[in-house]
Amino acid sequence: MGYEITLLTTMGISILFALSLNLITGFCGQISLGHAAFLGIGAYASALSTKAGAPFFLAVLFAMAFAGIIGVVVGLASLRVRADFLAITTMGVGFLFVGIVRQQDALGGELGISGIPDTGLSRPAFMVLTLILAAIAAALSIYIKRAWMGRVFAGIAEDEDTMRVLGIDAPSYKLAAFAIGTALAGVAGALYAHHLKFIGPESFGFVESITVLSMVVVGGIGSVAGVAIAAALLSVLPAWFQIIGDYKLLVYGGLLFLMMRFAPGGLAGIFASAMQSRNRTTNRGKP
Amino acid sequence: MLYVELIAQGLVQGCIYAAIALGLTLVYGLLRILHVAHAALFTLGAYIGVLTTNATGSLALAFVAAMLVSGVAGVAVFRLGYQPILNRPPFVALIASIGLYIAAEEIFRIVFGASGLSFVAAPLQSQVPIFGGLQFKQAEIAVMLGTALIIAVLAYLQNRTRIGVACQATVSDPQMAESFGVSLQMVRDINFFVGSALAAFAGVWVGLLNNLVEPTMGSVPAYKALAIIVLGGLGSVQGTLLAALTLGIIESFGTIYLGKVLDRNAIAFAFLIAVLLVRPQGMFASK
Repeated sequence: MGYEITLLTTMGISILFALSLNLITGFCGQISLGHAAFLGIGAYASALSTKAGAPFFLAVLFAMAFAGIIGVVVGLASLRVRADFLAITTMGVGFLFVGIVRQQDALGGELGISGIPDTGLSRPAFMVLTLILAAIAAALSIYIKRAWMGRVFAGIAEDEDTMRVLGIDAPSYKLAAFAIGTALAGVAGALYAHHLKFIGPESFGFVESITVLSMVVVGGIGSVAGVAIAAALLSVLPAWFQIIGDYKLLVYGGLLFLMMRFAPGGLAGIFASAMQSRNRTTNRGKP
Repeated sequence: MLYVELIAQGLVQGCIYAAIALGLTLVYGLLRILHVAHAALFTLGAYIGVLTTNATGSLALAFVAAMLVSGVAGVAVFRLGYQPILNRPPFVALIASIGLYIAAEEIFRIVFGASGLSFVAAPLQSQVPIFGGLQFKQAEIAVMLGTALIIAVLAYLQNRTRIGVACQATVSDPQMAESFGVSLQMVRDINFFVGSALAAFAGVWVGLLNNLVEPTMGSVPAYKALAIIVLGGLGSVQGTLLAALTLGIIESFGTIYLGKVLDRNAIAFAFLIAVLLVRPQGMFASK
């Protein structure tokens, strides 16, 4: 039973984290190759504050606010650079985060932070909390997608210049996407830190950023259900892959490549085209 | 004296960056793909280089073999991997490329072992005094001369041969070039061949300088070369050269003076972000 609880908790954190990136990259079209930095900021902020004696729930709020503020600062950069330039800039932010944490003894340096205090929740209760937060993030995503804000996001993702011509304040909306997305990543980071009780700079590097981006892309960019399913699958994949052990990353990298090569729309795209062809076959007999 | 030494070290590193980033910028200029898997061809070249040298004892033969094999592999990556997804949004090719790189790194590890290969009798390792007590490894001098030579040859080919001119025409206006009878397919193949051969060239040198070829040797160049082509103003050859050399020097000074605050990668990306915030179009781009 303990194993399943750990697995479900990891799944919940991954879904929350992937949905947070989906808000920025999926809805608003701002690609980020350094999103793990915000997971890290949330994790470090909450770990340090609970170690300083703050209660867990306060630490989560602090992690959310702190990651969101840094997210807005990085979002400011996205107002200057676009598309491929933004991809590389956010990748740089990821490396900068790891580079800074690694050299600061106050942040644990290479060794990271261990002995993160208990949350006061039992392990099943923590799992339930994680899953509830993931569900809230999914509900929030769907709400935003249907609201005015989501339509503007979609417009910016499609064609930012046209949105500006229409008189829409695109920069503010982009900043909002970064603020919400990174704040959610901060929450995911806080859960991550208190789930594992240990964090180090290596846990928030480039590979993590790519992993979460691949969850979004494999799920189908912008699709809430697709991304949640992909995050759930990809987060437990390494555990299932224990059987193939040595070839784990090979399969992972290969899957990523094949998915993009043959089904760039992701799971959502596969599902949509399956529905379409089924409709076509059912409609064929009708006059 | 320290300054001269740091500049010299920076130039050696910069030349290697230049050789890697040039291939990347060729690909970007032509197809707008951020080709992360380029670093896999760099590693492949290094492996072919060390294997050939150890088998035949000839370094020259090793360079020829490495550049040929990587060049052909590069064309294969383009034909099988990128060609079918050229019309998709840019992140599709980016993620496919990252997946390919992860898988390739694992293949190198599984085939050649995790601990890496060394030269049996590494050539060009003795120290040469230049002036005022400054010493260089023979290999370091050879890297600088070799890179300068190969760039000169490329510049000559690009400006003085029909194929070179066709390549330039295709970069500036593919449709117009095609209507003048330029084969787009051929130009793209040549671009990937030359770019990948350049990566292999750099790979053999890095293997020689460190006397070690390991599966993960491409991971740092993979990201840093992206930073360099962005600094150089994506797609500009001269800009890329200058950016590579500048970054080499900035890093060698940075590790001495900022080493306590940031690690080497973070210095490179801090510089990148600082430049992009001031000049979003890259350091040396004209517009």
